[in-house]
Amino acid sequence: MDNVSLALMCVAALLATAVLGVLVRRSAAASGLVYSLCLILSLAILAVAASQLLGGAGATEITRLPIGLPWVGANFRLDPLSSFFLVVIDLGAAAASLYALGYGRHEDAPERILPFYPAFLAGMNLVLLAADAFSFLVAWEFMSLTSWALVMAHHRDPENRRAGYIYLVMASFGTLALLLAFGLLAGPAGGYGFADMRVAVHAAWLPGLVLILALLGAGSKAGLVPLHVWLPLAHPAAPSHVSALMSGVMTKVAIYGFVRIVFDLLGAPVWWWSILVLGLGAVTVVLGVLQAVLQRDLKRLLAYSTVENIGIIFIGLGLALAFQANGMTGAAALSFTAALLHIFNHSLFKGLLFFGAGAVLNGTGERDIEKLGGLIRTMPQTAFLVLGGCLAISALPPLNGFVSEWLIFQAILVSPDLPQWGLKLVIPAVGALLALGAALSAACYVRAFGIGFLGRPRSPAASSAHEADRLSLAAMFMLLGLCVLAGILPGFLIDAVAPAVREAVGHAMPAQASLPWLSIVPVAESRSSYNGLLIFAFIVIATLLTVKSIHRLASRAMRRGPAWDCGYPEPSPLTQYTADSFAQPLRRVFGEFFLAREKVTMPKPEDPLPARLEVRLRDLAWDMIYFPIERTVALAGEKFNALQFLTIRRYLGLVFAALVSLLLVVAIWA
Amino acid sequence: MGMIRDLFLQGVQMFLVLAVAPLLLGFTRRAKAWLLRRKGPPLLQPYRDLLRLMRKEVVLAENASWLFRSAPYMIFAATWVAAALVPTFATGLQFSWTADLIVITALLGSARFFLALAGMDVGTSFGGIGSSREMMFASLAEPAMIMIVFTVALVAGTTQLSQVADFVFAHASLRVSLALALVALIIVALAENTRIPVDNPATHLELTMVHEAMVLEYSGRHLAVIELAAALKLSLYISLIASIFAPWGLAQGDAAPGAYVTAVVAYIGKLAVGGFLLVLFETSIAKMRVFRVPEFLGAAFMLGFLGTLLLFVSRTF
Amino acid sequence: MDRFVLDFAHTLAGFMVLVSFMLLYQDRMFSLLNVFALQALVLAASVAWQAHVQDAPHLYVTALIALVLKAIIIPIVLHRVVVRLGIHRNIETVGGIGLTMLFGMGLVALSMVVMLRATAAADPLAREDLAFALSVVLLGLLMMVTRRNAVSQIIGFMSLENGLILAATGAKGMPLVVEISVAFSVLVALIVIGVFLFRIRERFDSVDVHALDESRGERQ
Repeated sequence: MDNVSLALMCVAALLATAVLGVLVRRSAAASGLVYSLCLILSLAILAVAASQLLGGAGATEITRLPIGLPWVGANFRLDPLSSFFLVVIDLGAAAASLYALGYGRHEDAPERILPFYPAFLAGMNLVLLAADAFSFLVAWEFMSLTSWALVMAHHRDPENRRAGYIYLVMASFGTLALLLAFGLLAGPAGGYGFADMRVAVHAAWLPGLVLILALLGAGSKAGLVPLHVWLPLAHPAAPSHVSALMSGVMTKVAIYGFVRIVFDLLGAPVWWWSILVLGLGAVTVVLGVLQAVLQRDLKRLLAYSTVENIGIIFIGLGLALAFQANGMTGAAALSFTAALLHIFNHSLFKGLLFFGAGAVLNGTGERDIEKLGGLIRTMPQTAFLVLGGCLAISALPPLNGFVSEWLIFQAILVSPDLPQWGLKLVIPAVGALLALGAALSAACYVRAFGIGFLGRPRSPAASSAHEADRLSLAAMFMLLGLCVLAGILPGFLIDAVAPAVREAVGHAMPAQASLPWLSIVPVAESRSSYNGLLIFAFIVIATLLTVKSIHRLASRAMRRGPAWDCGYPEPSPLTQYTADSFAQPLRRVFGEFFLAREKVTMPKPEDPLPARLEVRLRDLAWDMIYFPIERTVALAGEKFNALQFLTIRRYLGLVFAALVSLLLVVAIWA
Repeated sequence: MGMIRDLFLQGVQMFLVLAVAPLLLGFTRRAKAWLLRRKGPPLLQPYRDLLRLMRKEVVLAENASWLFRSAPYMIFAATWVAAALVPTFATGLQFSWTADLIVITALLGSARFFLALAGMDVGTSFGGIGSSREMMFASLAEPAMIMIVFTVALVAGTTQLSQVADFVFAHASLRVSLALALVALIIVALAENTRIPVDNPATHLELTMVHEAMVLEYSGRHLAVIELAAALKLSLYISLIASIFAPWGLAQGDAAPGAYVTAVVAYIGKLAVGGFLLVLFETSIAKMRVFRVPEFLGAAFMLGFLGTLLLFVSRTF
Repeated sequence: MDRFVLDFAHTLAGFMVLVSFMLLYQDRMFSLLNVFALQALVLAASVAWQAHVQDAPHLYVTALIALVLKAIIIPIVLHRVVVRLGIHRNIETVGGIGLTMLFGMGLVALSMVVMLRATAAADPLAREDLAFALSVVLLGLLMMVTRRNAVSQIIGFMSLENGLILAATGAKGMPLVVEISVAFSVLVALIVIGVFLFRIRERFDSVDVHALDESRGERQ
């Protein structure tokens, strides 16, 4: 039996698990059963996809099922690109299922989650396996709806209902854009299979339009600014293991959709596409991270940081397009590899961080970091794991987030060889924004970890927190372990994704694993190289050496006492630096114009009223795009409302006018 | 044989930076005192301070966590590794290819991450203010640093510091972009080392300090290790500037043993010149208000970007 | 030798652009004047270097005019004007320094692209000079747009004119007559503006050009 059929059977089993979830939803063992089945099945798909990716390079298999469109059928295909994404998705799914084995026990309404969770996993897998537009879109919509159901799991909270509504609107919009894109690609002949689209000859204007539609469709799912508005609302609303899946994994499915359309189906790129993608990516990075720095809700902070990372991935893809359009295949392979690596890395550490947030939510009942503090003492293992995740996502060596960003910087450094002046000037600026994003993300996670886990407890909930259960911790340890491994041995990872890169851009980076000392060399050794393993080893050796020699030769005496703090006694934990005060310098430097409004009410001297500082966060996308649209729609609705009170003759007149205008359209076009 | 020699040289570099860093600090303090027409502490005072601190017992705040206790070592290790990878007296050392300029910057970022966390661990307001400001400065300094890297990489065709040094040494020429990058790098170095005009390393006035506020709760050997890391960082930046913009006197490849000795002497000379210029600058300027610093660092970013732009012009001939 | 000639011209012209940015960055009157004098000095050096390279003695005259008029006389006169007007306080800027700088960098990028494209056939020295000169002109304009204070607007105007001279010397062949007449027109402009300034002050008690808008009835 071939790999596609194996994967399809696993997906079918996932769907069966969903049905099982409906049946057993009330029983006590239900969540254990469903999540263990999900764990096993995701591991099975993971194994299939990994063997496909690592085994025969470039091997492709197709299976056709006699359902769906009659003349196309439902085609399923496993090539290196989809195998890579399957690995990412099912690794994340396996971790989330393992985590949920422990975490799901605390769920108060399991019947609202258990049926949809396996179905959501099945939907994501099907999107990746689909090989024609029809099955792709059906699977895509299935994925959106099941995840929507999961977002609405805690539907009694009005915030969540609003999030679900906005999510539904945005998801429909995205699917519409993708539908149009596929329609254009299929052309009048209706070749909806991906194989037909690949060989179709398009008019000159068409690829650009399809690119824009793909950006709208996939971008709205992935969280590209300004289509990101639903993401920071919906991702935190779901239960934490689902948030992890949505942020870490489902956004990657969206990126897969973009990559499949633009790199595979659309043919040779044009250079100006890359400016579009790079610009959107850079804006997404900066706005995403600036919002993340200012958030107080831990899960919303993580969701905004997902927006940032999606921007980083799109920058990598944009670079790949730029190089590809100019025939610089080596550099294109480098940037595409960097993007894929970041996709993989982000799914690891974002999963880890959302699991950590879930553990905190479970242990304290709080998501607001202003009310946490001191968790490193009450939840030491979770704190350690989240610290690891924070280091990884802040792009700090020797962990994995750094490797992918470093590779993107290396690709950016090749950009002066591009012939177009526009690209030459834009790409360094994008690089600067990327660096800004990395530094701000470090600030963001110092704030999140420092306020949430360090210091003294700011509320009774924080001081009585309890550690997460063993299975949740095991899932987090697994992800952190993978983060470290991917950080110190990136060469193996680069070699592993090489078939997928070759499929997308026709060329792959040179093999890295055989290089001496396992370092990675993106272009040439005289240009740049990085060795995570040695850096890691050096840091460990230097630390041990220092600790040993100081304890041996100098002193190891220690005494506990009250905090010094320049001699100011501080009895109340409320005198600690808060999350808002931590973000104040950044808010002042970056946010004055567009992110936050501050209002200071200072009472007159001798007035006993307290001074008040009010900070209101704004999302520019809402102000600039969505509220005007909302107003326009409301206005139009009011106008059209008048149509309800017409005479019969006028109704007939309307219908007649519509008919005539349609006929006119036909007359002009056909 | 070659391998052993290479490893030996790398080890020499590692311990040379460690040994010289406090001396540089002592020299800057002394020179500053001279410029202010004071006498100043002896050159070796930082060593004595470090030794004394290391022998003292640590007084730990009651609620300090394991992170607080391990952070000094992490900070020190990351800084030390970064410092050992910048060419000081020789290029092309055994492990010079382990990291390029971007990695070295990011390693310092790792150190800063732990330092900022350590500042927040005890839960005092001074620690928080220090961490918050440090992260703000860093978020502005990093884009500037990337633009500098970009300029240097455009000139030399590499971000590998040894290769950059060799290139500049071989093809030295007057380039306005390199001059801009130099000024930008100096600004970044001042901010990263919390020197005047960004921060005052000598003050303990609470609201004006950044670095000192973060390490306020440290004592004994922990404080010693952090101070040593700060000294290392200063010598790292001076070595960095020297290796990119003044690579003369570096021993290359497999030079004779005598050449290495001269190179070490040259290195120490460069550190002294760099330290003196730093002090000269510091005594002639006042500290800025905190919210002027973003403009200062923005100027560094602008210089780096301008350097890149101008290079595009000059690359056309 | 050839390499060095190019490098040095490149450095001087690049330095002009840098000084233009320094002008944008300054927010105190006296330092603004000093930086302007510095720009004139660099301009003089650059023109003199061009004179040497192109072997065109009349350019030395241009350099001398730039040195005497712009690096010495105009700053001193303006210095006095500022003192007499009593405006050594900060300059109000529009939109903040950071944004202005970013915009300025965008302008430099723009002028590079335009000039390098437009002059693909010209010789490298002139090309580069033109690209830099256009940047200086645009930055001068930017300064005039963003500043409200009449004195800093004058500085912006003069630095714009510096850019024109840089362009003209690079292009080989601006006759001396033109140069001298330009210099005189600048001088006349200085006198006119100087008189004008005192008039504004007498009338509105401020040198903020907003006062003029008010007198036109555009603001209430």
